[in-house]
Amino acid sequence: MKADPIGVATGSHYIDGDHACAEGAIAAGCRFLAGYPITPSTEVAERVAERFPFVGGQFIQMEDELASMAAVSGAVWGGAKSMTVTSGPGFSLMMENLGLATMMEVPCVLVNVQRGGPSTGLPTLTGQADMMQARWGSHGDYELISICPNSPQECFDLTIEAFNLSEKWRVPVMFMMDECVGHMIEKVVIPEADKIEITPREFYKGDKEKYRPFRFDGKGIAPMVKAGDGYFIHITGLTHDERGYPVINEQAQDKNVRHLVDKILKNEDKIRIIEEDQIDGADVVVVSYGITSRVALKAVELARKKGIKVGIMRLITVWPFPESRIRELAPKVKAFVVPEINLGQICLEVERCAQGKAKTTLVSHAGGWVHDPADILKAIEEGVK
Amino acid sequence: MDIRFSGFGGQGIIKSGTLIGKAASLYSNKFGTMTQSFGPEARGGACSAQVVIDDKPVLYPYILSPEILVSMSQEAYEKFIKDPEKGSIVLTDTDLVKPKTIRKDVKMYSIPSTRIAEEMGNRIFANVVMVGFFTAITKVVGLEAMKKALPGSVPDRFIDINIEALERGYNFGIELLEKEQPKKKAKAKA
Repeated sequence: MKADPIGVATGSHYIDGDHACAEGAIAAGCRFLAGYPITPSTEVAERVAERFPFVGGQFIQMEDELASMAAVSGAVWGGAKSMTVTSGPGFSLMMENLGLATMMEVPCVLVNVQRGGPSTGLPTLTGQADMMQARWGSHGDYELISICPNSPQECFDLTIEAFNLSEKWRVPVMFMMDECVGHMIEKVVIPEADKIEITPREFYKGDKEKYRPFRFDGKGIAPMVKAGDGYFIHITGLTHDERGYPVINEQAQDKNVRHLVDKILKNEDKIRIIEEDQIDGADVVVVSYGITSRVALKAVELARKKGIKVGIMRLITVWPFPESRIRELAPKVKAFVVPEINLGQICLEVERCAQGKAKTTLVSHAGGWVHDPADILKAIEEGVK
Repeated sequence: MDIRFSGFGGQGIIKSGTLIGKAASLYSNKFGTMTQSFGPEARGGACSAQVVIDDKPVLYPYILSPEILVSMSQEAYEKFIKDPEKGSIVLTDTDLVKPKTIRKDVKMYSIPSTRIAEEMGNRIFANVVMVGFFTAITKVVGLEAMKKALPGSVPDRFIDINIEALERGYNFGIELLEKEQPKKKAKAKA
């Protein structure tokens, strides 16, 4: 399906990542945003609030982030493509209702413009330290999709992708920006609406008696219905059967939770978006994501000038983690170098998947700024030895 | 080309950076990445906009030692004057910056941008006067590209007066450069 032209601001713009994300959401068909302002994510909500009246969307400034995430789930079951936007402390507050959305298989997008943490940390400065929280933040076993853009243009393009993936797999998608990308202003080209591919929500139209809001047979994702369309459905955070009714036993738990995990992990190759460059024959592969992937590229350029064989793997989808790809590469390279603006998160995943077959070096940064390319270069040089 | 625009919050420093980046990216076939840094306060605090302009996509978005520094406040000048490399261009507001730290290895130019804006009726245009001055002195982007960058970045009803502010700053810069020329020639003769 193509995008609805009413929401597509076709043309060349000079805007920041936050505004580009807002435009991407509107182009993707998002018509509901519930949120609570927090630096550095506020501009996303501001832009959406400004634009929604012209496209038939609804923005609600909620009393807090708990309510924001709850309202998003409600709006989705009401039929709207929906999102919320936050940062650091707000992301923490959303975790409980994110778990509920995961359990109810609510397709939605949660934007986190990452800043330095923990707690209120560095409100106006960048960080990438919420990557594990995006994966493990709510309790229980589940799997989500996380996407990391590295430019305002990608904030537009990948927000659309985030909505598409959320609809396809009926899952909340974490759109993990960071302050640097969010506040960075660059040229953003928004194409014509008929050049933008949109995944529409699949709605059930059949017999009311036969409708099941969930499907746990591993053969697909159940279509949804809209509240108010006359279907008597039950959705809950409790472990449930395919009708959505609570079933509190071991067998139901096994079916329900394995489904949440398997629908993502068993389709990792279909969900995965990664960029690779000069991996073949490389001695060192730099694995990076978000803003750090740009800074890393600068370091890689310097290393290549010195004659070092360096490959690049950029994770656009960080979760589900491209486990099989790292396993495949590990025996062929000497080292993985993982720069990230935290004290070691995704680096642990790389190390786990490399299974000791290649050295894994973290280039850490506590937040507040991006890496000095020289630090990444140093790790690359050590990796070759 | 690494550029830093600096001053205090409320002067339109970020807007100035945006105008230059937009003129470069949308109207000059270049890549312009702008980043900003500011404190938690909205107005009055030190603030700066960094613009990196290149012929190829910009990888590292921040700048360490700018080739052009613009300072519209004393605090910003004293904070950033140590950064530019030798031979860089430094632009200041004549009335707002009274340099305590003098660097002889950079090219200094100054304009009473706030005073010119006040003559036009409102000091709010000071940043655009400075952008015009910047355009004339540095030639990083052309005056026409700068003018094209105004619509959408300033309210429609103020476009004409912003163009005037831009031109006043630009003309001041051109005159300053012309005055400088004979001096150089004279030196060359001597």
